[in-house]
Amino acid sequence: MAISVDPPEVSKRHCQKMGFTYPFLSDPKAEVVRRFDLLHPGAGPGGADISRPAEFLIDATGIIRWVNLTENAAVRARPEQVLKAFDQGSAQADR
Amino acid sequence: MKRRWNWPLWTGFLLALAGLFSYAVFAQFPITRDFPWANLLLFASGGILLVLGLGRAFGRPQVYRGKMFGPILAVLSLLAFTLFDYGVLYELRQMPASAGAPRVGEKVTEFTLPDQNGKAVALTDLLSSSDGAVLIFYRGHW
Repeated sequence: MAISVDPPEVSKRHCQKMGFTYPFLSDPKAEVVRRFDLLHPGAGPGGADISRPAEFLIDATGIIRWVNLTENAAVRARPEQVLKAFDQGSAQADR
Repeated sequence: MKRRWNWPLWTGFLLALAGLFSYAVFAQFPITRDFPWANLLLFASGGILLVLGLGRAFGRPQVYRGKMFGPILAVLSLLAFTLFDYGVLYELRQMPASAGAPRVGEKVTEFTLPDQNGKAVALTDLLSSSDGAVLIFYRGHW
């Protein structure tokens, strides 16, 4: 699932445009973003507070298995990286 | 004698402009976005041609044109390159420290937020109905 500071209608439009079908959550006041310490103050258009890009893999029990905090806004986790982290997590769980 | 057109100057300048503006296209693909080598290649080719063109303009001014507009095009190209470097190689890397961000092994904090259809979604509900979840924070403002 995804989180951004955009309101639901903006996320909906974006999801329709991009073909995303997963839950796209809206955190307009950046409350959850702040709780995760991911706030990037003033980095949005017009100096708006936004989230820095970040990815977390969480297992069914709520434990974080993998974190990716990019150092470059242009570089995001690729799907295969996440799948690899997921496979490694499953392998550990099977042992 | 009419002096010849100094094509490397103009081509170099156009390549520098292409290096700047093509980022809008190259940024769509991870392979040219993670490291902007395609743009840097365009700038490098432009730079070589500009140096060649300036060499012609100043070295053989009786044959080639460009003593006037050559330096102007070179400065404009340099500006384009500086702007690109600042934006892509510096500005995009200005990330907050996020020292307090959740780490591997920690339990994720529970939250509930509205999804794109305005329906409230709780992280626990999603986790209980699946093998896990990938939580992606986006900069947004689409």
